[in-house]
Amino acid sequence: MSELKTLYQDLILDHNKNPRNFKKLTNANRHAEGYNPLCGDQYTIYVQVENDIIHEVGFEGSGCAISKASASVMSSLLKRKTIAEAEELITLFQKLVTGAADPMEEIDRVGKLAAFAGVSEFPARVKCASLAWHTLRAALKDKEQVVSTEV
Amino acid sequence: MKKAVETVLPFTSKSSHAIERIRADFPILKREVNGKPLVYLDNAATTQKPLIVIETLRNYYLEDNSNIHRGVHYLSQKATEGYEKGRKKIASFIGAAEPEEIIFVRGTTEGINLVAHSLVKEMIKPGEEILITGMEHHSNIVPWQIVCEQTGAKLSVVPINDKGEIIFEEYEKMLTSNVKFVSIVHISNSLGTVNPIHTMIEMANDKGIPVLIDGAQTVSHMKIDVKDLDCDFFVFSGHKMFGPTGIGVLYGKRKYLEMMTPYQGGGDMIKSVTFEKTIYNDIPYKFEAGTPNIAGVTALGSAVDYINGVGLDRIYQHEQELLQYATESLLNIDGLRIIGTAENKSAVISFMLEGIHPHDIGTIIDHEGVAIRTGHHCTQPVMQRFGIPATARASFAVYNTKEEVDVLIRGLDKVKKVFQ
Repeated sequence: MSELKTLYQDLILDHNKNPRNFKKLTNANRHAEGYNPLCGDQYTIYVQVENDIIHEVGFEGSGCAISKASASVMSSLLKRKTIAEAEELITLFQKLVTGAADPMEEIDRVGKLAAFAGVSEFPARVKCASLAWHTLRAALKDKEQVVSTEV
Repeated sequence: MKKAVETVLPFTSKSSHAIERIRADFPILKREVNGKPLVYLDNAATTQKPLIVIETLRNYYLEDNSNIHRGVHYLSQKATEGYEKGRKKIASFIGAAEPEEIIFVRGTTEGINLVAHSLVKEMIKPGEEILITGMEHHSNIVPWQIVCEQTGAKLSVVPINDKGEIIFEEYEKMLTSNVKFVSIVHISNSLGTVNPIHTMIEMANDKGIPVLIDGAQTVSHMKIDVKDLDCDFFVFSGHKMFGPTGIGVLYGKRKYLEMMTPYQGGGDMIKSVTFEKTIYNDIPYKFEAGTPNIAGVTALGSAVDYINGVGLDRIYQHEQELLQYATESLLNIDGLRIIGTAENKSAVISFMLEGIHPHDIGTIIDHEGVAIRTGHHCTQPVMQRFGIPATARASFAVYNTKEEVDVLIRGLDKVKKVFQ
C-alpha cells in the first residue's frame, strides 16, 4: 500500500471526488477535446482568454481518478496566468510525471503539482495524468482538432 | 522433453491436487509481481504458456531450424515435418475434414481480414448486407467496414439485450436474402456470452449464406467440431490457447478456399511463375505466401497436445466452477455490478465498482499481484450499448483457482479502502 500512496495522494483523491471547475464554460473562447483511445478517457477543456491572460478554465468528460484529478488541479492553477506561464506549467507537469524533474528541486514552481510526481513510478498511468494538459495546450493554440494520446 | 499432462483426477474443489499439477506446467505462475505471487486473470487477452510449448519453441531453434517446403536437406525436411504435423494436429483438434482446410495466419484478426478480402469483397454487391452482432470485437467489425466502403455493401448489426445476449428474434428477422455473409463471435471477450452458434449457423445455412465464426475465446475453453457446427469458416489465435503469439488459424471449407483468390502473393503460394502468368498453388499453400511462422506452428501443435492431455471437458467443468464461485464472490461486494449476465457464459467477468474507474482498480490490484484487464477490451460498441466508458475484466483459464478468486476479492476491498 505504501507505494500506492505515492500514486493515490490525498490531494488526488480529493480532486477526483470533488473536481474543481468541472463544468462547461459558456463564455469560453477556446476549447479542445482530448481522448485516450486505449482506455476511453475523454475530456473537453474550455478556456476563456483575454489579452493573453487566462480568466477561466472549465472541463467536462470522464476518466480515471488520475486523469480527473489532473484536469481539476490544472484548472485551479491556471486562473490569471498568461499563456506563456501556462505553457511553462504544461512543460513542468510533463517533466514531473515522466520523472524528468525532481519536485524537491523546483519546489517553488511545483506547488500542488508535487502530488503528481508519484505518477512517474507508474508508466502505464503517465498518459492518464497528461491527457488534460495536452488538451489544454491544443486549446490554447486554438486548434479545433481532437487530441489523442496515441498520435 | 516434457510430456503433456496425463492427469486423470477430476478438478473438483476437493482435488486441488490436479490443478496444482496443471499449475506446475506453467513456469510463469511461480513468479511474483510487486512482491506478491502472480494471480493471472487476464486470460482472455492471452494465456500463459506451458513448459511443453516453450520447450518446443526452444528445441525448434536449437535443433531443427530451417526453411520449409523447398530444401532437400535433412533440416528442411525436419522443419517441414514439424510444420505439417502442426497442421494435422489443428485439423483434428477442431474436427476439420482434412488438413488442407487449415490455413496458418498471424491470428484471428488476420484470418477475418483474409476472408473479408479474398471472398466477401469479391462477391458482394452494392446494397447487399454483411451481418454481424452487437458484441463483436473490433477485429470482426473493422474488416467488414473496409469491405463495405470499397464495395457499397452495408454492415448490419444484430442488437443485444441488457444481459448481453443476442436478441434472437432480431437475428431471425435480419437474416434476409439480402444478407450475403454472416460473421459472428462465439464467445464475447468483454461479456463472456456464449452465443448459440449452432442454431445461428443452421439458420444461415438454410438460406445458403456462408458463416464465419470468431473462435478466439473458444478454443482453450470449449470443445469445437467444425463439421458438426457446419460453419464455413472458423478463426482463432494460438496465443489464447497456450501457444505462441503471432500464429493463428483460419479454417475454411474446401469449396470456399478453392474459389477464393489469394490474399497475398509471393513464394510458396505458387505452382509456377513466368512474367506472363502465375499458377497458384493448391490449398492451403495458396494462402501462405512467404516463409511462415514455422516455430509458431510447431509449438502450436504442442499446445494442442497439452490441451488434449488435460481434456477440454474437464477444462470446461473447472472453469464453470470458477465462474460461478467468482460471480458469487464478486456480487457480495457492495456497489459492484457485473456487465454481461447471459444465461450461457464462459469464465469471463466484466465488472464496475461504483464511483471508481476501472483503471484505478487495475493499478491498485496490480499491487496485490493480480493481473486483470481494464478498458474497453476492443469492443467499444459494447461499452456504448451499456453506456459505460470501460470495465474491469477478470478472465480465467484452467490453471486458475478459487484461492486466486479470493485474492482478487481482497484486492477489490483494498481498492474500496483507497477510495472511501
